[in-house]
Amino acid sequence: MAQAAGPAIGPPPAVPSWVSRLSWTWVGAVPFFVFALMFLILPTGFLVVGGFQDGQGHLTFRNLLDLFQPTILSSYLISIKVSAASAIGGAVIGFALAYAAIAGGLSTWVRPTLMTFSGVASNFAGVPLAFAFLATLGRTGLVTALLIKLFGFNIYSAGFNLLSFLGLALTYMYFQIPLMVLIIAPAIDGLKREWREASANLGATTWEYWRYIALPILSPPLLGAALLLFANAFGAVATAYALTGSSLNIVTLVLYAQIRGDVLHNQNLGYALALGMIFLTGMSNAAYIWLRGRSERWVR
Amino acid sequence: MKRGRLGSWLLILAGGLYFFVPLLGTFEFSLRYLRGVYSVEAYRIVLTDPRFGATITYSTVLALATIVVGVVLVVPTAYWIRLRLPGLRPVVEFITLLPLVIPAIVLVFGYLRIYNSTSVLPLTGSERATDLLLMFSYVTLALPYMYRAVDTGLRAINVHTLTEAAQSLGAGWPTTLLRVILPNVRAAVLSGAFLTFAIVIGEFTMASLLDRPAFGPYLQLIGANRAYEPSALAIISFAITWACMGLLQVFARGAPGQVAGTH
Repeated sequence: MAQAAGPAIGPPPAVPSWVSRLSWTWVGAVPFFVFALMFLILPTGFLVVGGFQDGQGHLTFRNLLDLFQPTILSSYLISIKVSAASAIGGAVIGFALAYAAIAGGLSTWVRPTLMTFSGVASNFAGVPLAFAFLATLGRTGLVTALLIKLFGFNIYSAGFNLLSFLGLALTYMYFQIPLMVLIIAPAIDGLKREWREASANLGATTWEYWRYIALPILSPPLLGAALLLFANAFGAVATAYALTGSSLNIVTLVLYAQIRGDVLHNQNLGYALALGMIFLTGMSNAAYIWLRGRSERWVR
Repeated sequence: MKRGRLGSWLLILAGGLYFFVPLLGTFEFSLRYLRGVYSVEAYRIVLTDPRFGATITYSTVLALATIVVGVVLVVPTAYWIRLRLPGLRPVVEFITLLPLVIPAIVLVFGYLRIYNSTSVLPLTGSERATDLLLMFSYVTLALPYMYRAVDTGLRAINVHTLTEAAQSLGAGWPTTLLRVILPNVRAAVLSGAFLTFAIVIGEFTMASLLDRPAFGPYLQLIGANRAYEPSALAIISFAITWACMGLLQVFARGAPGQVAGTH
Protein backbone atom coordinates (compact mmCIF):
# COMPACT_ATOMS: atom_id res chain seq x y z
CA MET A 1 0.00 0.00 0.00
CA ALA A 2 2.95 2.27 -0.55
CA GLN A 3 1.00 4.11 -3.22
CA ALA A 4 -0.87 5.76 -0.36
CA ALA A 5 2.21 7.93 -0.09
CA GLY A 6 1.05 9.82 -3.15
CA PRO A 7 2.57 11.00 -6.37
CA ALA A 8 6.11 10.80 -7.60
CA ILE A 9 7.80 14.14 -8.05
CA GLY A 10 7.58 15.86 -11.41
CA PRO A 11 4.40 15.39 -13.45
CA PRO A 12 4.77 14.44 -17.11
CA PRO A 13 4.98 17.67 -19.11
CA ALA A 14 2.30 16.79 -21.69
CA VAL A 15 -0.63 17.27 -19.27
CA PRO A 16 -1.51 20.74 -17.98
CA SER A 17 0.01 20.95 -14.53
CA TRP A 18 -3.24 21.65 -12.64
CA VAL A 19 -4.90 18.51 -14.03
CA SER A 20 -2.15 16.19 -12.88
CA ARG A 21 -1.82 17.96 -9.55
CA LEU A 22 -5.50 17.60 -8.85
CA SER A 23 -5.69 13.93 -9.79
CA TRP A 24 -2.47 13.04 -7.95
CA THR A 25 -3.72 14.81 -4.87
CA TRP A 26 -6.86 12.71 -4.86
CA VAL A 27 -4.93 9.49 -5.38
CA GLY A 28 -3.42 9.92 -1.90
CA ALA A 29 -6.84 9.52 -0.29
CA VAL A 30 -7.99 6.62 -2.45
CA PRO A 31 -6.76 3.69 -0.30
CA PHE A 32 -8.61 5.04 2.71
CA PHE A 33 -11.86 5.53 0.83
CA VAL A 34 -11.61 2.10 -0.78
CA PHE A 35 -11.12 0.62 2.68
CA ALA A 36 -14.05 2.60 4.09
CA LEU A 37 -16.24 1.52 1.20
CA MET A 38 -15.33 -2.16 1.52
CA PHE A 39 -15.47 -2.56 5.27
CA LEU A 40 -17.86 0.12 6.48
CA ILE A 41 -20.15 1.57 3.84
CA LEU A 42 -20.99 -1.41 1.61
CA PRO A 43 -21.55 -4.01 4.38
CA THR A 44 -23.76 -1.61 6.32
CA GLY A 45 -25.50 -0.45 3.16
CA PHE A 46 -26.26 -4.06 2.21
CA LEU A 47 -28.04 -4.63 5.52
CA VAL A 48 -29.90 -1.34 5.35
CA VAL A 49 -31.16 -2.08 1.83
CA GLY A 50 -31.91 -5.70 2.75
CA GLY A 51 -34.06 -4.48 5.63
CA PHE A 52 -36.38 -2.85 3.10
CA GLN A 53 -36.61 -5.87 0.81
CA ASP A 54 -38.56 -9.12 0.82
CA GLY A 55 -37.09 -12.50 -0.13
CA GLN A 56 -37.46 -11.71 -3.84
CA GLY A 57 -35.76 -8.33 -3.58
CA HIS A 58 -38.94 -6.22 -3.82
CA LEU A 59 -39.35 -3.07 -1.77
CA THR A 60 -41.34 -3.70 1.42
CA PHE A 61 -41.86 -2.27 4.88
CA ARG A 62 -43.04 -5.63 6.19
CA ASN A 63 -39.69 -6.37 7.92
CA LEU A 64 -39.67 -3.09 9.78
CA LEU A 65 -43.24 -3.66 10.93
CA ASP A 66 -42.32 -7.19 11.96
CA LEU A 67 -39.76 -5.74 14.35
CA PHE A 68 -42.75 -4.81 16.48
CA GLN A 69 -43.77 -8.40 17.06
CA PRO A 70 -43.66 -9.14 20.82
CA THR A 71 -40.50 -11.29 21.00
CA ILE A 72 -38.35 -8.87 18.98
CA LEU A 73 -39.84 -5.79 20.59
CA SER A 74 -39.13 -7.19 24.03
CA SER A 75 -35.52 -7.90 23.07
CA TYR A 76 -35.10 -4.29 21.96
CA LEU A 77 -36.76 -3.08 25.14
CA ILE A 78 -34.54 -5.14 27.45
CA SER A 79 -31.46 -3.95 25.53
CA ILE A 80 -32.60 -0.36 25.85
CA LYS A 81 -33.32 -0.85 29.57
CA VAL A 82 -29.93 -2.43 30.31
CA SER A 83 -28.08 0.16 28.21
CA ALA A 84 -29.98 3.09 29.71
CA ALA A 85 -29.56 1.85 33.28
CA SER A 86 -25.83 1.21 32.86
CA ALA A 87 -25.41 4.52 31.02
CA ILE A 88 -27.22 6.58 33.67
CA GLY A 89 -25.56 4.73 36.54
CA GLY A 90 -22.20 4.96 34.81
CA ALA A 91 -22.64 8.65 34.04
CA VAL A 92 -23.72 9.65 37.56
CA ILE A 93 -21.09 7.59 39.40
CA GLY A 94 -18.36 8.32 36.85
CA PHE A 95 -19.04 12.04 37.11
CA ALA A 96 -19.00 11.94 40.91
CA LEU A 97 -15.70 10.06 40.92
CA ALA A 98 -14.08 12.34 38.36
CA TYR A 99 -15.31 15.44 40.19
CA ALA A 100 -14.02 14.15 43.52
CA ALA A 101 -10.62 13.35 42.03
CA ILE A 102 -10.25 16.59 40.06
CA ALA A 103 -12.02 19.26 42.07
CA GLY A 104 -12.35 17.57 45.45
CA GLY A 105 -9.09 18.92 46.86
CA LEU A 106 -7.51 15.48 47.26
CA SER A 107 -3.83 14.58 47.11
CA THR A 108 -2.20 15.10 43.76
CA TRP A 109 -1.62 11.40 43.11
CA VAL A 110 -5.35 10.61 43.09
CA ARG A 111 -6.15 12.06 39.68
CA PRO A 112 -3.45 10.38 37.54
CA THR A 113 -4.09 7.10 39.37
CA LEU A 114 -7.80 7.27 38.66
CA MET A 115 -7.15 8.15 35.01
CA THR A 116 -4.70 5.30 34.46
CA PHE A 117 -6.99 2.86 36.17
CA SER A 118 -9.95 4.09 34.13
CA GLY A 119 -7.99 3.49 30.95
CA VAL A 120 -7.46 -0.11 31.98
CA ALA A 121 -10.92 -0.80 33.41
CA SER A 122 -12.79 0.72 30.45
CA ASN A 123 -10.90 -1.79 28.31
CA PHE A 124 -11.47 -4.71 30.63
CA ALA A 125 -14.67 -5.90 29.06
CA GLY A 126 -15.97 -8.78 27.05
CA VAL A 127 -15.71 -12.39 28.15
CA PRO A 128 -13.20 -11.96 31.02
CA LEU A 129 -15.41 -9.32 32.64
CA ALA A 130 -18.27 -11.80 32.73
CA PHE A 131 -15.97 -14.33 34.43
CA ALA A 132 -14.96 -11.74 37.01
CA PHE A 133 -18.54 -10.97 37.95
CA LEU A 134 -19.50 -14.65 38.07
CA ALA A 135 -16.61 -15.24 40.47
CA THR A 136 -17.71 -12.28 42.59
CA LEU A 137 -21.50 -12.13 42.53
CA GLY A 138 -22.36 -15.56 41.13
CA ARG A 139 -24.05 -18.13 43.34
CA THR A 140 -20.74 -19.25 44.84
CA GLY A 141 -18.91 -15.96 44.27
CA LEU A 142 -16.74 -14.24 46.86
CA VAL A 143 -19.12 -11.44 47.78
CA THR A 144 -22.17 -13.71 47.77
CA ALA A 145 -20.38 -16.13 50.11
CA LEU A 146 -19.04 -13.37 52.34
CA LEU A 147 -22.47 -11.81 52.78
CA ILE A 148 -23.89 -15.17 53.81
CA LYS A 149 -21.04 -15.86 56.21
CA LEU A 150 -20.91 -12.43 57.83
CA PHE A 151 -24.53 -11.34 57.85
CA GLY A 152 -26.43 -14.54 57.05
CA PHE A 153 -27.82 -12.60 54.07
CA ASN A 154 -28.24 -14.52 50.83
CA ILE A 155 -28.67 -12.06 47.97
CA TYR A 156 -30.02 -14.85 45.76
CA SER A 157 -32.86 -15.68 48.16
CA ALA A 158 -33.51 -11.94 48.33
CA GLY A 159 -34.25 -12.01 44.61
CA PHE A 160 -30.92 -10.96 43.10
CA ASN A 161 -29.75 -12.80 40.04
CA LEU A 162 -26.56 -12.01 38.15
CA LEU A 163 -28.10 -13.44 34.98
CA SER A 164 -30.79 -10.78 34.87
CA PHE A 165 -31.40 -7.17 33.93
CA LEU A 166 -29.92 -5.87 37.18
CA GLY A 167 -26.94 -8.21 37.05
CA LEU A 168 -26.10 -7.28 33.48
CA ALA A 169 -26.46 -3.55 34.15
CA LEU A 170 -24.19 -3.87 37.20
CA THR A 171 -21.61 -5.75 35.13
CA TYR A 172 -21.70 -3.21 32.28
CA MET A 173 -21.10 -0.42 34.76
CA TYR A 174 -17.65 -1.88 35.33
CA PHE A 175 -16.57 -0.46 31.96
CA GLN A 176 -19.14 2.35 31.78
CA ILE A 177 -18.01 4.19 34.92
CA PRO A 178 -14.32 4.43 33.91
CA LEU A 179 -15.30 5.41 30.37
CA MET A 180 -17.38 8.23 31.86
CA VAL A 181 -14.42 9.34 33.99
CA LEU A 182 -12.27 9.59 30.85
CA ILE A 183 -14.87 11.44 28.78
CA ILE A 184 -16.04 13.91 31.41
CA ALA A 185 -12.67 14.89 32.93
CA PRO A 186 -12.02 17.69 30.38
CA ALA A 187 -15.44 19.20 31.09
CA ILE A 188 -14.74 19.26 34.83
CA ASP A 189 -11.38 20.87 34.12
CA GLY A 190 -13.31 23.59 32.31
CA LEU A 191 -15.25 24.57 35.44
CA LYS A 192 -13.41 27.68 36.54
CA ARG A 193 -12.70 28.20 40.21
CA GLU A 194 -13.57 31.90 39.75
CA TRP A 195 -17.17 31.02 38.96
CA ARG A 196 -17.57 29.30 42.29
CA GLU A 197 -15.85 32.15 44.14
CA ALA A 198 -17.88 34.79 42.33
CA SER A 199 -21.13 33.04 43.13
CA ALA A 200 -20.09 32.65 46.77
CA ASN A 201 -19.26 36.37 46.92
CA LEU A 202 -22.73 37.13 45.65
CA GLY A 203 -24.14 34.99 48.44
CA ALA A 204 -24.97 31.78 46.59
CA THR A 205 -25.12 28.56 48.56
CA THR A 206 -23.47 25.36 47.31
CA TRP A 207 -26.86 24.16 46.07
CA GLU A 208 -27.47 27.41 44.20
CA TYR A 209 -24.01 27.22 42.65
CA TRP A 210 -24.75 23.75 41.27
CA ARG A 211 -28.33 24.54 40.29
CA TYR A 212 -27.69 27.82 38.46
CA ILE A 213 -24.06 27.66 37.33
CA ALA A 214 -22.29 24.31 37.30
CA LEU A 215 -25.11 22.07 36.10
CA PRO A 216 -26.35 24.32 33.27
CA ILE A 217 -22.78 24.47 31.96
CA LEU A 218 -22.13 20.78 32.49
CA SER A 219 -25.46 19.44 31.30
CA PRO A 220 -24.62 19.20 27.57
CA PRO A 221 -21.39 17.24 28.15
CA LEU A 222 -23.06 15.13 30.85
CA LEU A 223 -26.01 14.24 28.67
CA GLY A 224 -23.78 13.72 25.65
CA ALA A 225 -21.50 11.38 27.57
CA ALA A 226 -24.51 9.41 28.83
CA LEU A 227 -25.67 8.98 25.22
CA LEU A 228 -22.23 7.74 24.21
CA LEU A 229 -22.30 5.24 27.09
CA PHE A 230 -25.75 4.13 25.95
CA ALA A 231 -24.52 3.35 22.45
CA ASN A 232 -21.46 1.66 23.92
CA ALA A 233 -23.59 -0.73 26.00
CA PHE A 234 -26.20 -1.23 23.29
CA GLY A 235 -23.75 -2.81 20.85
CA ALA A 236 -22.10 -5.05 23.44
CA VAL A 237 -22.24 -8.78 22.79
CA ALA A 238 -19.44 -10.71 24.46
CA THR A 239 -20.07 -9.80 28.09
CA ALA A 240 -23.75 -10.64 27.87
CA TYR A 241 -23.15 -13.83 25.92
CA ALA A 242 -20.53 -15.14 28.34
CA LEU A 243 -22.58 -14.08 31.36
CA THR A 244 -26.05 -15.22 30.49
CA GLY A 245 -25.61 -17.62 27.58
CA SER A 246 -28.93 -17.01 25.93
CA SER A 247 -31.11 -16.72 29.02
CA LEU A 248 -31.43 -12.94 28.69
CA ASN A 249 -32.81 -12.02 25.30
CA ILE A 250 -31.07 -8.73 24.54
CA VAL A 251 -31.16 -7.68 20.90
CA THR A 252 -27.45 -8.27 20.18
CA LEU A 253 -27.84 -11.88 21.33
CA VAL A 254 -30.92 -12.34 19.14
CA LEU A 255 -28.91 -10.98 16.20
CA TYR A 256 -26.00 -13.28 17.13
CA ALA A 257 -28.32 -16.29 17.05
CA GLN A 258 -29.86 -15.05 13.79
CA ILE A 259 -26.44 -14.77 12.11
CA ARG A 260 -25.47 -18.24 13.29
CA GLY A 261 -28.63 -20.02 12.30
CA ASP A 262 -31.46 -17.83 10.97
CA VAL A 263 -33.58 -18.34 14.09
CA LEU A 264 -36.12 -15.80 12.80
CA HIS A 265 -36.60 -17.89 9.62
CA ASN A 266 -36.43 -14.74 7.56
CA GLN A 267 -33.10 -13.35 6.34
CA ASN A 268 -34.55 -9.95 5.62
CA LEU A 269 -36.02 -9.67 9.10
CA GLY A 270 -32.46 -10.23 10.32
CA TYR A 271 -31.31 -7.26 8.21
CA ALA A 272 -34.12 -5.17 9.64
CA LEU A 273 -33.01 -6.16 13.16
CA ALA A 274 -29.52 -4.83 12.34
CA LEU A 275 -31.06 -1.73 10.79
CA GLY A 276 -32.97 -1.03 14.01
CA MET A 277 -29.73 -1.25 15.99
CA ILE A 278 -27.90 1.12 13.63
CA PHE A 279 -30.82 3.53 13.93
CA LEU A 280 -30.69 3.58 17.75
CA THR A 281 -26.92 3.85 18.12
CA GLY A 282 -26.84 6.36 15.26
CA MET A 283 -29.42 8.57 16.92
CA SER A 284 -27.67 8.58 20.28
CA ASN A 285 -24.29 9.31 18.64
CA ALA A 286 -25.77 12.11 16.56
CA ALA A 287 -27.23 13.64 19.70
CA TYR A 288 -23.84 13.26 21.39
CA ILE A 289 -22.06 15.11 18.60
CA TRP A 290 -24.65 17.88 18.63
CA LEU A 291 -24.38 18.29 22.40
CA ARG A 292 -20.59 18.25 22.25
CA GLY A 293 -20.70 21.10 19.79
CA ARG A 294 -22.86 23.07 22.19
CA SER A 295 -20.68 22.37 25.20
CA GLU A 296 -17.45 23.38 23.50
CA ARG A 297 -18.54 26.98 23.76
CA TRP A 298 -17.88 26.83 27.48
CA VAL A 299 -15.40 24.06 27.99
CA ARG A 300 -12.03 24.23 26.40
CA MET B 1 -14.10 22.64 52.92
CA LYS B 2 -13.01 19.89 55.34
CA ARG B 3 -16.35 18.11 55.08
CA GLY B 4 -16.23 18.18 51.28
CA ARG B 5 -12.81 16.61 51.22
CA LEU B 6 -13.93 13.74 53.45
CA GLY B 7 -16.84 13.13 51.10
CA SER B 8 -14.45 13.06 48.13
CA TRP B 9 -12.23 10.53 49.86
CA LEU B 10 -15.24 8.33 50.67
CA LEU B 11 -16.37 8.45 47.04
CA ILE B 12 -12.94 7.49 45.73
CA LEU B 13 -12.77 4.72 48.32
CA ALA B 14 -16.18 3.34 47.30
CA GLY B 15 -15.22 3.53 43.63
CA GLY B 16 -11.97 1.75 44.38
CA LEU B 17 -13.86 -1.00 46.20
CA TYR B 18 -16.27 -1.50 43.29
CA PHE B 19 -13.32 -1.98 40.97
CA PHE B 20 -11.04 -4.06 43.16
CA VAL B 21 -13.57 -6.42 44.74
CA PRO B 22 -14.43 -8.21 41.46
CA LEU B 23 -10.71 -8.58 40.72
CA LEU B 24 -10.12 -9.91 44.21
CA GLY B 25 -13.12 -12.21 43.90
CA THR B 26 -11.85 -13.53 40.57
CA PHE B 27 -8.36 -14.05 41.92
CA GLU B 28 -9.64 -15.84 45.02
CA PHE B 29 -11.92 -18.01 42.89
CA SER B 30 -9.08 -18.91 40.55
CA LEU B 31 -7.10 -20.34 43.49
CA ARG B 32 -9.90 -22.64 44.67
CA TYR B 33 -9.30 -25.47 42.20
CA LEU B 34 -8.21 -27.95 44.86
CA ARG B 35 -10.73 -28.44 47.63
CA GLY B 36 -9.80 -26.86 50.92
CA VAL B 37 -6.45 -25.30 49.94
CA TYR B 38 -5.42 -22.40 47.76
CA SER B 39 -3.35 -23.49 44.78
CA VAL B 40 -2.32 -22.31 41.34
CA GLU B 41 -3.62 -25.55 39.81
CA ALA B 42 -6.14 -23.69 37.59
CA TYR B 43 -3.33 -21.56 36.14
CA ARG B 44 -1.19 -24.65 35.55
CA ILE B 45 -4.04 -26.35 33.68
CA VAL B 46 -4.79 -23.25 31.59
CA LEU B 47 -1.18 -22.53 30.71
CA THR B 48 -0.47 -26.12 29.70
CA ASP B 49 -3.62 -26.40 27.59
CA PRO B 50 -2.36 -26.51 23.98
CA ARG B 51 -5.43 -24.59 22.82
CA PHE B 52 -4.45 -21.70 25.12
CA GLY B 53 -1.07 -21.40 23.42
CA ALA B 54 -2.56 -21.86 19.95
CA THR B 55 -5.37 -19.32 20.34
CA ILE B 56 -3.30 -16.67 22.06
CA THR B 57 -0.59 -17.02 19.40
CA TYR B 58 -3.23 -16.70 16.69
CA SER B 59 -4.69 -13.57 18.29
CA THR B 60 -1.26 -12.04 18.90
CA VAL B 61 -0.22 -12.53 15.27
CA LEU B 62 -3.56 -11.13 14.15
CA ALA B 63 -3.17 -8.13 16.46
CA LEU B 64 0.32 -7.39 15.11
CA ALA B 65 -0.90 -7.66 11.51
CA THR B 66 -3.82 -5.38 12.39
CA ILE B 67 -1.42 -2.81 13.82
CA VAL B 68 0.85 -2.89 10.75
CA VAL B 69 -2.01 -2.60 8.26
CA GLY B 70 -3.72 0.02 10.43
CA VAL B 71 -0.56 2.15 10.53
CA VAL B 72 0.04 1.76 6.79
CA LEU B 73 -3.54 2.84 6.12
CA VAL B 74 -3.90 5.61 8.69
CA VAL B 75 -0.55 7.44 8.78
CA PRO B 76 -0.32 8.30 5.04
CA THR B 77 -4.03 9.16 4.94
CA ALA B 78 -3.96 11.42 7.99
CA TYR B 79 -0.76 13.04 6.71
CA TRP B 80 -2.13 13.58 3.22
CA ILE B 81 -5.40 14.98 4.50
CA ARG B 82 -3.53 17.49 6.68
CA LEU B 83 -1.10 18.42 3.92
CA ARG B 84 -3.14 18.50 0.74
CA LEU B 85 -6.81 17.80 1.31
CA PRO B 86 -7.87 19.74 4.42
CA GLY B 87 -11.32 20.11 2.87
CA LEU B 88 -11.86 16.38 3.24
CA ARG B 89 -11.06 16.34 6.95
CA PRO B 90 -14.64 16.41 8.24
CA VAL B 91 -15.56 13.55 5.88
CA VAL B 92 -12.59 11.41 6.88
CA GLU B 93 -13.12 12.12 10.58
CA PHE B 94 -16.76 11.18 10.28
CA ILE B 95 -15.86 7.90 8.58
CA THR B 96 -13.28 7.05 11.23
CA LEU B 97 -15.95 7.48 13.90
CA LEU B 98 -18.42 5.15 12.17
CA PRO B 99 -17.07 1.99 13.86
CA LEU B 100 -18.15 3.50 17.18
CA VAL B 101 -21.65 4.07 15.81
CA ILE B 102 -22.23 0.81 13.96
CA PRO B 103 -22.01 -2.10 16.42
CA ALA B 104 -19.33 -4.68 15.61
CA ILE B 105 -21.92 -7.43 15.33
CA VAL B 106 -23.72 -5.49 12.60
CA LEU B 107 -20.50 -4.94 10.66
CA VAL B 108 -19.56 -8.59 10.74
CA PHE B 109 -23.10 -9.51 9.69
CA GLY B 110 -22.62 -7.35 6.62
CA TYR B 111 -19.21 -8.92 5.87
CA LEU B 112 -20.69 -12.40 6.04
CA ARG B 113 -23.33 -11.40 3.52
CA ILE B 114 -21.28 -9.51 0.95
CA TYR B 115 -18.08 -11.59 1.15
CA ASN B 116 -19.70 -15.04 1.21
CA SER B 117 -18.36 -17.87 -0.92
CA THR B 118 -20.63 -17.07 -3.88
CA SER B 119 -19.82 -13.35 -4.05
CA VAL B 120 -17.39 -11.49 -6.30
CA LEU B 121 -14.86 -11.34 -3.50
CA PRO B 122 -15.30 -14.60 -1.52
CA LEU B 123 -13.32 -13.64 1.57
CA THR B 124 -15.07 -16.29 3.65
CA GLY B 125 -14.29 -18.95 1.07
CA SER B 126 -11.06 -20.28 2.57
CA GLU B 127 -9.46 -20.15 6.00
CA ARG B 128 -6.62 -17.89 4.88
CA ALA B 129 -9.02 -15.47 3.24
CA THR B 130 -11.18 -15.43 6.37
CA ASP B 131 -8.08 -14.63 8.46
CA LEU B 132 -7.56 -11.70 6.12
CA LEU B 133 -11.18 -10.61 6.51
CA LEU B 134 -10.92 -10.86 10.31
CA MET B 135 -7.78 -8.74 10.22
CA PHE B 136 -9.55 -6.07 8.16
CA SER B 137 -12.47 -6.24 10.60
CA TYR B 138 -10.05 -5.46 13.41
CA VAL B 139 -8.46 -2.63 11.43
CA THR B 140 -12.01 -1.25 11.18
CA LEU B 141 -12.64 -1.67 14.92
CA ALA B 142 -9.35 0.04 15.76
CA LEU B 143 -9.78 2.80 13.17
CA PRO B 144 -11.29 5.43 15.52
CA TYR B 145 -8.49 5.04 18.07
CA MET B 146 -5.67 4.73 15.56
CA TYR B 147 -6.82 7.71 13.50
CA ARG B 148 -7.41 9.90 16.52
CA ALA B 149 -3.99 9.04 17.99
CA VAL B 150 -2.11 9.68 14.72
CA ASP B 151 -4.03 12.85 13.91
CA THR B 152 -3.29 14.24 17.38
CA GLY B 153 0.36 13.41 16.82
CA LEU B 154 0.39 15.17 13.45
CA ARG B 155 -1.22 18.26 14.94
CA ALA B 156 1.73 18.63 17.28
CA ILE B 157 4.31 18.78 14.47
CA ASN B 158 4.49 21.19 11.58
CA VAL B 159 3.63 18.92 8.68
CA HIS B 160 4.08 21.55 5.97
CA THR B 161 7.49 22.77 7.11
CA LEU B 162 8.81 19.26 7.63
CA THR B 163 7.61 18.16 4.20
CA GLU B 164 9.10 21.18 2.45
CA ALA B 165 12.38 20.79 4.30
CA ALA B 166 12.58 17.10 3.39
CA GLN B 167 11.76 17.75 -0.25
CA SER B 168 14.12 20.65 -0.67
CA LEU B 169 16.83 18.26 0.54
CA GLY B 170 15.82 15.90 -2.24
CA ALA B 171 13.63 13.40 -0.43
CA GLY B 172 10.83 11.68 -2.37
CA TRP B 173 7.43 10.91 -0.89
CA PRO B 174 8.35 7.49 0.54
CA THR B 175 11.44 8.92 2.23
CA THR B 176 9.50 11.88 3.58
CA LEU B 177 6.83 9.63 5.07
CA LEU B 178 9.08 6.90 6.42
CA ARG B 179 12.06 8.88 7.63
CA VAL B 180 10.62 12.29 8.49
CA ILE B 181 6.91 12.07 9.32
CA LEU B 182 6.72 8.60 10.89
CA PRO B 183 9.57 9.11 13.41
CA ASN B 184 7.92 12.36 14.48
CA VAL B 185 4.61 10.70 15.29
CA ARG B 186 6.18 7.56 16.74
CA ALA B 187 4.71 8.09 20.20
CA ALA B 188 1.21 8.59 18.79
CA VAL B 189 1.51 5.52 16.57
CA LEU B 190 2.70 3.42 19.50
CA SER B 191 -0.17 4.51 21.72
CA GLY B 192 -2.61 3.66 18.93
CA ALA B 193 -0.85 0.32 18.56
CA PHE B 194 -1.19 -0.65 22.22
CA LEU B 195 -4.83 0.32 22.24
CA THR B 196 -5.36 -1.78 19.12
CA PHE B 197 -3.61 -4.71 20.76
CA ALA B 198 -5.80 -4.47 23.86
CA ILE B 199 -8.95 -4.39 21.70
CA VAL B 200 -7.97 -7.24 19.40
CA ILE B 201 -6.44 -9.74 21.80
CA GLY B 202 -9.67 -10.81 23.53
CA GLU B 203 -12.22 -9.81 20.88
CA PHE B 204 -15.06 -12.30 20.76
CA THR B 205 -17.91 -11.28 18.45
CA MET B 206 -16.15 -11.00 15.10
CA ALA B 207 -13.79 -13.94 15.63
CA SER B 208 -16.64 -16.14 16.77
CA LEU B 209 -18.99 -15.26 13.90
CA LEU B 210 -16.20 -15.66 11.33
CA ASP B 211 -15.42 -18.96 13.05
CA ARG B 212 -11.70 -18.38 13.57
CA PRO B 213 -9.72 -19.96 16.45
CA ALA B 214 -8.94 -16.72 18.32
CA PHE B 215 -8.43 -16.15 22.03
CA GLY B 216 -11.88 -14.58 22.63
CA PRO B 217 -13.93 -17.58 21.46
CA TYR B 218 -11.55 -19.86 23.41
CA LEU B 219 -12.27 -17.86 26.57
CA GLN B 220 -15.97 -18.22 25.96
CA LEU B 221 -15.67 -21.97 25.37
CA ILE B 222 -13.75 -22.50 28.61
CA GLY B 223 -16.25 -20.29 30.43
CA ALA B 224 -19.15 -22.42 29.28
CA ASN B 225 -17.52 -25.72 30.28
CA ARG B 226 -15.21 -25.21 33.25
CA ALA B 227 -15.51 -23.85 36.77
CA TYR B 228 -12.18 -22.42 37.96
CA GLU B 229 -10.15 -22.05 34.79
CA PRO B 230 -12.22 -19.07 33.55
CA SER B 231 -11.20 -17.07 36.61
CA ALA B 232 -7.56 -17.82 35.97
CA LEU B 233 -8.05 -16.74 32.34
CA ALA B 234 -9.79 -13.54 33.45
CA ILE B 235 -6.80 -12.68 35.66
CA ILE B 236 -4.41 -13.39 32.78
CA SER B 237 -6.53 -11.22 30.44
CA PHE B 238 -6.59 -8.43 32.97
CA ALA B 239 -2.81 -8.61 33.22
CA ILE B 240 -2.54 -8.31 29.41
CA THR B 241 -4.91 -5.31 29.33
CA TRP B 242 -3.01 -3.71 32.19
CA ALA B 243 0.31 -4.24 30.39
CA CYS B 244 -1.03 -2.66 27.17
CA MET B 245 -2.44 0.34 28.99
CA GLY B 246 0.68 0.71 31.10
CA LEU B 247 2.85 0.78 27.98
CA LEU B 248 0.42 3.24 26.41
CA GLN B 249 0.81 5.56 29.38
CA VAL B 250 4.59 5.32 29.11
CA PHE B 251 4.60 6.19 25.41
CA ALA B 252 1.79 8.72 25.29
CA ARG B 253 2.07 10.97 28.28
CA GLY B 254 -0.83 13.31 28.55
CA ALA B 255 -2.84 11.71 25.76
CA PRO B 256 -6.12 10.38 27.09
CA GLY B 257 -6.40 6.62 26.94
CA GLN B 258 -10.00 6.65 25.87
CA VAL B 259 -11.13 3.23 24.99
CA ALA B 260 -13.98 0.89 24.37
CA GLY B 261 -14.80 -1.76 21.91
CA THR B 262 -14.18 -5.33 22.94
CA HIS B 263 -17.43 -5.88 24.75
